[in-house]
Amino acid sequence: MSRPETGRKAPRSKGVDGWLLSAPALILLIVAASGPLLIVAIYSVLEKGDYSGVRWILSGEGWFRVLFERDIFDQTISLADANLSIFWRSIKLSIATTIITFGFGLPTAWFIATRPARSRAFWLFLITVPFWTNLLIRTFAIMEVIRNQGILNTFLTHFGLISEPIQILYTDTAVLIGMTYVYLPLMVLPLYAAIDRFDFRLIEAGYDLYASRWQVLRGVILPIIKPGIVAGSILVFIPSLGAYVTPRVLGGGKNMMIGNFIELQFGQGQNWPLGAALSTLLLLVVLVSLIVYTRVSSKDNTNG
Amino acid sequence: MRIILVATTALISSTIGAYAEGELNLFNWGNYTSPEMIEKFTAETGISVTITDYDSNTTALTKVEAGGSGFDLVVPSANYIPVYVRKGLIAELDHSKIPNISNIAPEWKDVPWDQGRTHSVPWQWGSVGIAVNTTVYGGDVNTSELFMDPPEELVGKINVVPEMTDVINMAIFNQGGEACTEDLTLLKKVRDKMMAAKPKWLSMDYGTTDKLSSGDYAASVNWNGSTMRARINNPDIVYGYPKEGYPLFMDSVALLSDAKNVDEAYQFINFILEPENAAMISSFARYANGVAGSDAFMPEDMKTAPEIVAPAELAAAGQFIPTCPQSATDLYTAIWTELLK
Repeated sequence: MSRPETGRKAPRSKGVDGWLLSAPALILLIVAASGPLLIVAIYSVLEKGDYSGVRWILSGEGWFRVLFERDIFDQTISLADANLSIFWRSIKLSIATTIITFGFGLPTAWFIATRPARSRAFWLFLITVPFWTNLLIRTFAIMEVIRNQGILNTFLTHFGLISEPIQILYTDTAVLIGMTYVYLPLMVLPLYAAIDRFDFRLIEAGYDLYASRWQVLRGVILPIIKPGIVAGSILVFIPSLGAYVTPRVLGGGKNMMIGNFIELQFGQGQNWPLGAALSTLLLLVVLVSLIVYTRVSSKDNTNG
Repeated sequence: MRIILVATTALISSTIGAYAEGELNLFNWGNYTSPEMIEKFTAETGISVTITDYDSNTTALTKVEAGGSGFDLVVPSANYIPVYVRKGLIAELDHSKIPNISNIAPEWKDVPWDQGRTHSVPWQWGSVGIAVNTTVYGGDVNTSELFMDPPEELVGKINVVPEMTDVINMAIFNQGGEACTEDLTLLKKVRDKMMAAKPKWLSMDYGTTDKLSSGDYAASVNWNGSTMRARINNPDIVYGYPKEGYPLFMDSVALLSDAKNVDEAYQFINFILEPENAAMISSFARYANGVAGSDAFMPEDMKTAPEIVAPAELAAAGQFIPTCPQSATDLYTAIWTELLK
């Protein structure tokens, strides 16, 4: 793992050749990514069909229902606080997941990056081991650990630390544990990549200038590995926001996140336009926060 | 490449035990299909069966309606059969290809949701009640108040299965209403009571058989066959028949209009109407079937099981849920969506 050389850029391919070379990827992106998105966007402004599907009649009802709800019985219109609370819970849990994975991820990445070059590959390999198993299976494994008759509670009761099993399964805590576990590698890997490029002599320089350990961390290490932190946070935050399997299995169907709420509209809720509007909104939220986040962090970089 | 393909096919067919002559894709509820029965079917016909699970009628309907599912057979509940028919999703059955059609028990032949069984044949039927772990709660189990207004002992420990039709109708019965009611005053009471009860529920999840057995749930709105399986694992589980009223259900096998393996599907339909095979289905999932003469092949423990044989005084409280008009379904869906989120 050599330090990358700076100041050398791959030669830019010019003109038609470059476009031709990238044409397959571009076409694939346009057809496979934009196509379905377009369908989702169109469905969000149509009328809902019986049981499922849509009727090809323009309607603002889908978008209206994102923000407002009409009482089933007296038809009064009020702010859809249930929708907002689901969005808020998702954002809260995703931010918490990002912070916790960073808390665990930074020491881990630091540990790996400071190993001798030869053993680093081994540690990195260990980080990727969970990816070998399907997400659903890993989530069920977590469930086995935290359920009332699971490993954790059995262990604690056996040693008399608790008398009644702690209810972890089907709470927000369970969802948080699950997501932290699942997305931790996505935080460790970019952090590692950033720390790997870090020039450790800068730490010595910091100490020479009488910086405390805390000051070295705040003033030297964190600003330099910031691109890794940004990348890791994005990689964790975005899939957390759209998480479906983890809240479904560990949240017990009562503690929904946006992903489950969208699924509900396409399944039992039988309201595809609302589901499509929610999906589009989620996409916009992610897009805007991405733009803001990268803008802000790149500005910081040039200043520092 | 071809060698790999051949080798893989050889491997797969050898594990099945017979050379697969055809394929069949069955789209059925999870944990509902007897593996022994499927093995027997494959051994007799050489047709390999792929089973895909779903967890609610709406999920199944949505996937089938989306088209191109590749499934041949689906097993909707009674009130969904007319919806499939209306939308043209299931095909009319050619009875001449099903010699065993005469094995359907007389009471299941002319059912309201499928007169003359032109579109479906019985798979299994049962009831929706409440499973309770008696070590946690010792009171009366034959009431839907257990989930509509959970007693102290069950607060935070009761699960409610997320199957709209079953739960909403049990709640309507709890409030003294009738199936498919559109009485807004009553439905408002139903909604308000459920919304008040929801914080006292532990979860709204499937997989009840395992979690009741293991004690993760102290109680659950649950189906009778699933409860019987849980009780066999854990003798503390009892099944309550809500005296305020409880839904009965029947799931029936239907042939999808866009099925590719039509001949294989007919063979399968005919196969499951054989009393011995119907009994295999029942002895796995622990629900009654609708095939005459299957009793002779049923396991002994099912003939007397309290989950299968309802007590005389509570049997009348069970009733089949008809297909409600769209206006009623829309109301229920609105209540249900509000409840789930």
